[in-house]
Amino acid sequence: MSNKLIDLVNISKSYDNELILDDLNLYIRENEFLTLLGPSGCGKTTTLRLIGGFESPDQGKIIFDGQDITKLPPHKRTLNTVFQKYALFTHMTIAENIAFGLKIKKKSKAYIDDKIKYALKLVNLDGYENRMADQLSGGQQQRIAIARAIVNEPKVLLLDEPLGALDLKLRQDMQYELIRLKNELGITFIYVTHDQEEALTMSDTIVVMNQGYIQQIGTPENIYNEPENAFVADFIGDSNIIDGVMIEDKVVEILGTKFACVDEGFGNNTPVDVVIRPEDVELVSPQEGIIEGVVSHLIFKGVHYEMEVQAHGYEWLVQSTKLVPVGTKVGIKVDPFNIQIMNKPASEDEEAVMLDE
Amino acid sequence: MSRKRLKNTLVAGPYLVWIIGFIVIPLMFVLYYGLTDGDGKFTLDNVRAISEPIYYEALFLSLDLALVCTIICFLLAFPLALILRNMKITNKGFIVFLFILPMWMNFLLRTYAWQAILDINGVLDTFLGFFGIEGFSIINTPAAIVLGMVYDFLPFMVLPIYNTMIKIDDNVINAARDLGASYSQTLMKIILPLSMPGIVSGVIMVFVPSLTTFAISDILGGGKMLLIGNIIESKVKRAGNMNLGAGLSLILMIFIVVNMLFQARYSKGEDKSSLI
Repeated sequence: MSNKLIDLVNISKSYDNELILDDLNLYIRENEFLTLLGPSGCGKTTTLRLIGGFESPDQGKIIFDGQDITKLPPHKRTLNTVFQKYALFTHMTIAENIAFGLKIKKKSKAYIDDKIKYALKLVNLDGYENRMADQLSGGQQQRIAIARAIVNEPKVLLLDEPLGALDLKLRQDMQYELIRLKNELGITFIYVTHDQEEALTMSDTIVVMNQGYIQQIGTPENIYNEPENAFVADFIGDSNIIDGVMIEDKVVEILGTKFACVDEGFGNNTPVDVVIRPEDVELVSPQEGIIEGVVSHLIFKGVHYEMEVQAHGYEWLVQSTKLVPVGTKVGIKVDPFNIQIMNKPASEDEEAVMLDE
Repeated sequence: MSRKRLKNTLVAGPYLVWIIGFIVIPLMFVLYYGLTDGDGKFTLDNVRAISEPIYYEALFLSLDLALVCTIICFLLAFPLALILRNMKITNKGFIVFLFILPMWMNFLLRTYAWQAILDINGVLDTFLGFFGIEGFSIINTPAAIVLGMVYDFLPFMVLPIYNTMIKIDDNVINAARDLGASYSQTLMKIILPLSMPGIVSGVIMVFVPSLTTFAISDILGGGKMLLIGNIIESKVKRAGNMNLGAGLSLILMIFIVVNMLFQARYSKGEDKSSLI
């Protein structure tokens, strides 16, 4: 893909002696939709605020387009932010809100009027120029906040949980809207969210963060299908995370039974974490399965049934479109490709990261 | 429905009694005395008296000093409220408390304290004398009165402005910065307009009492600086001319009502709780 647009180098930041970001390194490419994903307190918003200029790092550098902008105040950075809860100027009309940045830059009236029209059209709110900000619904306010940012033609748009305050249906609509906007504008989006579904839907690249550390960087498929550690596996989607032992290449022992897998290079008899997505667990007749179990719970979820199967002392989470009644004896089978092997956390620090969640 | 209305009336009852007994009836008395002569006959003389130099000069001096006091209070209170708002400490309430602490002392005592400080051979004069600065005394000047008023009324300006300001979302300020506004532009275009409801109620709460004060001008003006409040007080108390006092009060009330209308215009549609 294209060049690095933003480069965060060895960034550390703490508040009140509490380390928020620890030696973080991350680069963002031009024209990329990058999402910082993680639970609250993981440092994702701090990272965004550092890029926006609302915080300065204790250590490290922020390079933007080849320039060191670490010390540059926010109003001198060529990027704009869409804030959580919109942050519109309630004492101004919609047009005045959108014109704010352009007026500061002393653009001509004709140029500003053109831009307001264009921006309102882009966010599907033509004709709202003279309304007051607080007369609009949450979704509309969020669109105005986006319009207000993009009229300044930033190279990067920072979005801080912009959909957090909206209801589910609106959130889903806005996700498609944001993808469309991103494609029409052709600029870089850096998006912060704790909602894994949002991240998977919209991003080119997802950065999973926890407790100030980057856990994994990758495409949505990559993050979902091949989580690098138990935290990522657990945070993104549902999963069965089971202790296992790597007997040798391509053979892993789970709950006392050998399963075929495709991973290599873990060494022999190494303790590992095994991740199996619930939709990858196949329920078959007891004779056909690798291990045997009994269905203990059943819930209808709309697209599929969600079942829990007690087998060899572990409660397996299973998602399937086929209903298997509670009490049924079943066999469990997993395709070798769907068994994901991960190293156990090396340090106690990383262990704590897992236990916290 | 009618039961509910009855209940509402009962609940509102005590307040109604209060309003009628302590606000409406006294106002009627002022109106009555102001528009009659000593024999109870209708006359406009009491109101018209304002055209005499001694009265309108006192009124102008009062307006003048009240305006200066209000401006000084605003210039002190706005930055203070802003600094408090931006401070990254949790115990902001305590600092606000410190500012209103003097209000726990009797208002007359505080004013007498200023008299002792500012007087000839007073604390300040004596202190400056050590440095060879002689005869420095602002007692009995308009400056002393304004100083006393600012000291007494400043908390009434700080509190409403601070209360409106802390309600401004940090991200609204960040958004302005993000859109390219420097700090001073953000201050003028965002923080100041959004603080307006607090500023307006602060202005009222300082302007009205400083316009009508007589105690401060009495004590710090040495009885030489006659404000409209002093004149009304002396007419009513010393000369026993209730009618003239009431007539002049009516004039004063016009200014206060104008002031209030100005506030009502600004607080329309705003968060009513931010008025105090």
